Amino acid sequence: MAAREIEHLIELLAKLPGLGPRSARRAALHLIRKRSRLMAPLAAAMTRAAEAITTCTTCGNVDTSDPCAVCADPERDDSLLCVVEEVADLWALERTGSFRGRYHVLGGTLSALDGVGPEDLRINGLVARAGAPAVQEIILATNATVAGQTTAHYITERLQHCRVQVSRLAHGVPVGGELDYLDDGTLTAALRARRPT
Amino acid sequence: MDWSDEGFVLGSRPHGEGAAVVQLLTAEHGRHAGLLHGATSRSKRGLTEPGTRVQATWRARLAEHLGTYGLEVERSYAAGLMDDPLRLAGLSAVCSMAELALPEREPHRALFEGLSALLDAMAVDDEADVWPGIYVRWELGLLTELGFGLDLNSCAATGRNDMLAYVSPRSGRAVSLSAGEAYRDKLLTLPGFLVGQGRADSQGVRDGLRLTGYFLQQHVFGPLDRPLPAARERLGAQLGEGGSLGRIHDGQ
Repeated sequence: MAAREIEHLIELLAKLPGLGPRSARRAALHLIRKRSRLMAPLAAAMTRAAEAITTCTTCGNVDTSDPCAVCADPERDDSLLCVVEEVADLWALERTGSFRGRYHVLGGTLSALDGVGPEDLRINGLVARAGAPAVQEIILATNATVAGQTTAHYITERLQHCRVQVSRLAHGVPVGGELDYLDDGTLTAALRARRPT
Repeated sequence: MDWSDEGFVLGSRPHGEGAAVVQLLTAEHGRHAGLLHGATSRSKRGLTEPGTRVQATWRARLAEHLGTYGLEVERSYAAGLMDDPLRLAGLSAVCSMAELALPEREPHRALFEGLSALLDAMAVDDEADVWPGIYVRWELGLLTELGFGLDLNSCAATGRNDMLAYVSPRSGRAVSLSAGEAYRDKLLTLPGFLVGQGRADSQGVRDGLRLTGYFLQQHVFGPLDRPLPAARERLGAQLGEGGSLGRIHDGQ
């Protein structure tokens, strides 16, 4: 039987995504074996992160400063505002390196079943930002799901009175995708969104 | 035990790392939940979108268990409706109504067939939209299946069936134009298309949604101490005065 501290460590590790009790036990043993090289620096890094990380009041991103690095960057294009559901989506777009505008994180999507209404998302903040004279285009980068697109349509309606162009991401054939293996829905969307070459 | 049936996905909730609890409206087994392994995987992600018509196989050791689903797509409706806010609102509304109002594991074949007809009508890219009228009829069917059906055959006051124009909010029975005129402020308007008079125009659909919404709130959602689903409210707002009703053509 392991000591109470080790059991507690295993319990906490088992709460992480991708880890169950068995894999948490393996991770705990690995950390114990590499106590000075991995466990102590990891604990210190986690303590520092827990103290420093905050949510940006402008866009909803997580960072160690408020406003976040994206909002504070003077090199970014103020005329483009990209709306995403979650911080993970913001990171995905940043990984591409192809977008140099600003972001707005909604914090989820409208959901009747889960009782998520417009007031639970950062939609009022988005409408306020859209009213700024510098903003010219709002890109709705919500997921291609019923909930994501319902949220996008709702935002489009809310932005009707703002003098901004509203666009959304294209839906269709992914790079490297073979038509034979694509689902009917994606193929339908790709056909609808075809463009002249 | 196991069974195979066809069904429509009403919604899903993530469960654990990669699985989801999926709610289906099936033809023979009613609203039925089951666990779908690997629901968040790339190949299965589209499966759990509301409105997807699937061939389902359900397996469990005992009948009262949640059980696991094996699903195969027959037709995906959501993708074709995503560009149209009104149709998408209709899809969300019908799926959330079925999920929240229907009891589990109670067969409602008529509602299954009605949902099938509604989604087929939504998928037709037609200028003269007929689906909002079918949606109102589906909600009337929902009331009937739940035991709160409206009696629209004859006037509650005169017993005759000509010029039915109102519905009594207390009894759920139709009232004729002449008998109801004096009480029109207290009665609900009965749209003509629900009693075989004319087509579902914009005003008729609005009146129909108000009618079914009233009784659903009164008999189904009120006792559960909850409002109509937000998706249904949004559909009502979009189809209502000043909403994006441009695609329903009056007088057709």
